[in-house]
Amino acid sequence: MDRMAYIAMTGARQTELAQAVTSNNLANISTTGFRADLHAFEALEVAGTGAPTRHNAIAETYATDFSPGATITTGRDLDIALAGAGFLVVQTADGSEAYTRAGDLRLNNAGQLLTAKGDPVLGDNGPIAIPPSASTTIAPDGTISVQILGQGPQTLATVDRVRLVNPPIDALEKGADGLFRRNDGLAAVNDASVRLTPGALETSNVNVAETLVTMISLARQYELQVKTLTAAEENADVAAGLLRIR
Amino acid sequence: MNQALWVAKTGLDAQQTRMTVVSNNLANVNTNGFKRGRVVFEDLVYQNQRQVGGQSSQNTVLPSGLNVGTGVRVVATEQLHTQGSILQTENSLDIAVIGRGYFQVLLPDASIGYTRDGAFQQDAQGQIVTASGYPLQPPVTLPPQTQSITIGVDGTVTATLQGQSAPIQIGTIQTVDFVNPVGLQPRGENLYLETAASGTAQPGTPGLNGLGALQQGALEGSNVNVVEELVNMIETQRAYEMNSKAISTNDQMLQFLTNNI
Repeated sequence: MDRMAYIAMTGARQTELAQAVTSNNLANISTTGFRADLHAFEALEVAGTGAPTRHNAIAETYATDFSPGATITTGRDLDIALAGAGFLVVQTADGSEAYTRAGDLRLNNAGQLLTAKGDPVLGDNGPIAIPPSASTTIAPDGTISVQILGQGPQTLATVDRVRLVNPPIDALEKGADGLFRRNDGLAAVNDASVRLTPGALETSNVNVAETLVTMISLARQYELQVKTLTAAEENADVAAGLLRIR
Repeated sequence: MNQALWVAKTGLDAQQTRMTVVSNNLANVNTNGFKRGRVVFEDLVYQNQRQVGGQSSQNTVLPSGLNVGTGVRVVATEQLHTQGSILQTENSLDIAVIGRGYFQVLLPDASIGYTRDGAFQQDAQGQIVTASGYPLQPPVTLPPQTQSITIGVDGTVTATLQGQSAPIQIGTIQTVDFVNPVGLQPRGENLYLETAASGTAQPGTPGLNGLGALQQGALEGSNVNVVEELVNMIETQRAYEMNSKAISTNDQMLQFLTNNI
């Protein structure tokens, strides 16, 4: 069979993968702090005998879109949105540090501050535990102050400070769990310039119009590959016809 | 088959769940002591199809890989235990908790349920019960000749009896607090149950040690913000439409494939 058919098939398959990436962005349109994945195609030469005429397409998620999402006000004590660049630091199950922008925090029965995923949020002194309190205030610089139960508002206690970091985004990589990690092995240091907005959440940064257009364009690209496949089939048909005994 | 179809399907599922939660909030806009729910979305695992940083030759590494996300899921529907609006009813058995704290009621299976709904009534024996008939704990029973009843901010219940001028104390209402009220499990009938995530109930006197004071003749309404729910509903509907668009686009791609090959 003509090699053209295989090239077209690879193109169609890789377009399907890119379409899956696009669909995942759309599916996460309401996920707090979600960052969209950007896909691209790369030409990969098919090595072999003969002239180097063929290139397979390879789909890849070359980067994550770190542009900010919209900030929505919720008024909840433990909702925080990062204003501008920066990340919260969480401890993953294996004890390592990971970064996220999802600020819908909650407490467990021990009063430990967790993300919605259930990973402990790290403060300057490790995982943060908030004592039973009448109200919790997270300041724009991450300082948590609480009004201890049974004490008046004149005795606010400072618990800890939420670590806010701003590692270079080209050193960040999205893991299988959707959290970001540094790929250069360095630890992110606290950055005093990162601010947060209390009582607010950051929405996902998926641009709906752009994603829908990408989806349509990928669908057309897919049709082109299929057309090439049919063209290859027609060619083979005609070639077979030449040999047919009348 | 086509991965994108299943990814978009998770989006539809998640938005459908969110719509249910929004509808439930709106349906309970007039329920006493109702705490509105909120869905929490989380992206599902990513499939690593081409490892970033892998060796592309002896001396070079791949600068980027292919990580295909597999969609979204609803990881939690959390109840937001913020204060609802306080309505003055002037009914002597209506009690609102101003601040933290839950009333305890005895359920038919002898376990304790917790509620913010302070619309109490009395049963045939004069016992104070919820609208479902579950007795308040610790039990308070009104004597037969009760003319008026007064509930203090600290939960002290006093009654004035017929023919007597001095009121007598007939019981005390206790409220309980939890380390993590969000961890309470909603049971229906305006009741919550203690879970491992909420921590154990810590009973106390209303108005002391951080527990909210009681207010007689008032009820706590729901904490549903109607405008916010309507905006949520619009957003959910549009997000649902986008995801169904992704499904129809993928369907067309497959259709084109089958029609042309």
